[in-house]
Amino acid sequence: MGVLGGATGGRLAVLPSRSRPAVEITHLRKTYGELVAVDDISFSVAEGEIFGILGPNGAGKTTTVECAIGLRSPDSGTSRLLGLDPQTDQNEIHEVVGVQLQASALPAKLKVGEILDLYRSFYREPADVAELTEALGLASKRNDYYKSLSGGQRQRLSVALALIGRPKVAVLDEMTTGLDPRARRDAWELIEGIRQRGVTILLVTHFMEEAERLCDRVALIDGGRVIALDTPAGLAARTQGGKSVRFLPSSSFDPGLLVELPEVTGVERDGQHVTVMGTGDLVNAVILALAGAGVTARDVQLGSSSLEDAFVRLTGSHSDKEGAVA
Amino acid sequence: MSSLSLPLPATARRAASGKRTAFGKIILNEARLTWRRPIGLIGGIGIPVVLLVIFGNLPSFQEHVASFGGLTPFDAYVPILAVFAVAMLAVLGLPIPLTTYRELGVLRRLSTTPVPPSWLLTAQGLIQLCIAVAGVLVIVVTSITVFAAPAPASYGGIVLSVLLSAAGLFPIGLMIAAIARTANAASVIGRLVFFPMMFFAGLWLPRALMPAVLLDISNYTPLGAAVQAIQSSMLQGFPPTAPLLVLAGYAVVFGFLAKRFFRWE
Repeated sequence: MGVLGGATGGRLAVLPSRSRPAVEITHLRKTYGELVAVDDISFSVAEGEIFGILGPNGAGKTTTVECAIGLRSPDSGTSRLLGLDPQTDQNEIHEVVGVQLQASALPAKLKVGEILDLYRSFYREPADVAELTEALGLASKRNDYYKSLSGGQRQRLSVALALIGRPKVAVLDEMTTGLDPRARRDAWELIEGIRQRGVTILLVTHFMEEAERLCDRVALIDGGRVIALDTPAGLAARTQGGKSVRFLPSSSFDPGLLVELPEVTGVERDGQHVTVMGTGDLVNAVILALAGAGVTARDVQLGSSSLEDAFVRLTGSHSDKEGAVA
Repeated sequence: MSSLSLPLPATARRAASGKRTAFGKIILNEARLTWRRPIGLIGGIGIPVVLLVIFGNLPSFQEHVASFGGLTPFDAYVPILAVFAVAMLAVLGLPIPLTTYRELGVLRRLSTTPVPPSWLLTAQGLIQLCIAVAGVLVIVVTSITVFAAPAPASYGGIVLSVLLSAAGLFPIGLMIAAIARTANAASVIGRLVFFPMMFFAGLWLPRALMPAVLLDISNYTPLGAAVQAIQSSMLQGFPPTAPLLVLAGYAVVFGFLAKRFFRWE
């Protein structure tokens, strides 16, 4: 235990950890001139949680995180990290919070081992470089120049630097943006590994699938406000009642047959296939109703509405946002 | 809200020594980068030394010329080339890595760690200063040992002149890093600043041959003042106050401007 884990023992154990949220943000507001980047954002993250901040580009995600870690000072509102004030307790914050910022690179002609050794020297109780590189799959790369690393390896190195001080909270901003699907999946496994070591993770993303897979809870941010905060499943269920059945009918039938069922909220036809949306015991209700009309359903596919549906539904009041989501 | 930054007497000493280690590692890595991409070494030492060797092998440069105040052209060029080294590292050597780090997000990343990004700037300044001093040293020593130039009249004067030149020029380099958004821009602005300054240092027309108006202007440019101070130290003795004050003035004004306008991200 422990390479990636938070520093044990000591200064932060002064307050009972259970009673204190790892991150607490209340009525945060930040403007840049005329532009309101963050209007009014509040949320609280429990220790050990993976908390997702999800939203379209320009929603205020990064600004929120930057205020939370003290890189920017909010116009109003407060933020606390492990009970510390990011504006006044910078030194302590930097020891206990590991940050992986969006789109930050490193000098091309430094070797992986040299970079890790350098950042390690910044912290009071750093992680062991050998164990960390092993855990992040960088062990064989320690003598390689930064410029020779692939996108995925660079990202893992960046995460390694965020973890090298053995932080209690890790902030990962758009860590999988620009990675190929394989590298993205590797990164997800990595994050799950970090969580198992008790590190609280604040994950900024605009990938639905990422939030769905990793996050315990998600704050959906749009226009500088939290427009929904729930578990990924809760968010998905909240929007559409959640389920769908897609099938190929053996013969044509009257869609009104299905529409009148209490479980059904909508029926769509695409080519030969029919998709029925609804709630409750949708599949049985649909199959029974079809059987009553002498129709059998073939090629049946079940779906539950995803976080992506929720996202589009909740932020989609302005249709131009969908482009940013993809 | 109450602050929770609890002091840690037990680890305070360890923290202090840790900070020294961290600064040492920053210097070490910056030195590695300088060595692996030796543009500063080539521009700051290589080019002026090559020029020195060429000038030293031109027979006409070894004759005492009345219009040079009885100096040989070679002797007149030694301080110009010394100043070339310092200026090159100040206006190109310093701002290019700093803007590169800002562009890459290295400074931003550092600002999330216990080590402030200003340490990287300090480390870069020290390294560029070391190269500049090494460049001056190589030029002066080569001119004396290989090309039989006279030994400096005032060693203290040279040291003071070089350090004041660096103090006046490095903040100009920082100011370039403040203005330039990218490393490419820094390199262009650096050259736009370097060559006119080198003109007034006398690279193309040594100060002894400049018409009175040009010489007056040269006296108030950083490199003109630097050449004046170094040349006096080499030939006459401790340099006059005027060029030293000019250099100190540039240090104060550009130091203030750089501090005011430098951006970390």
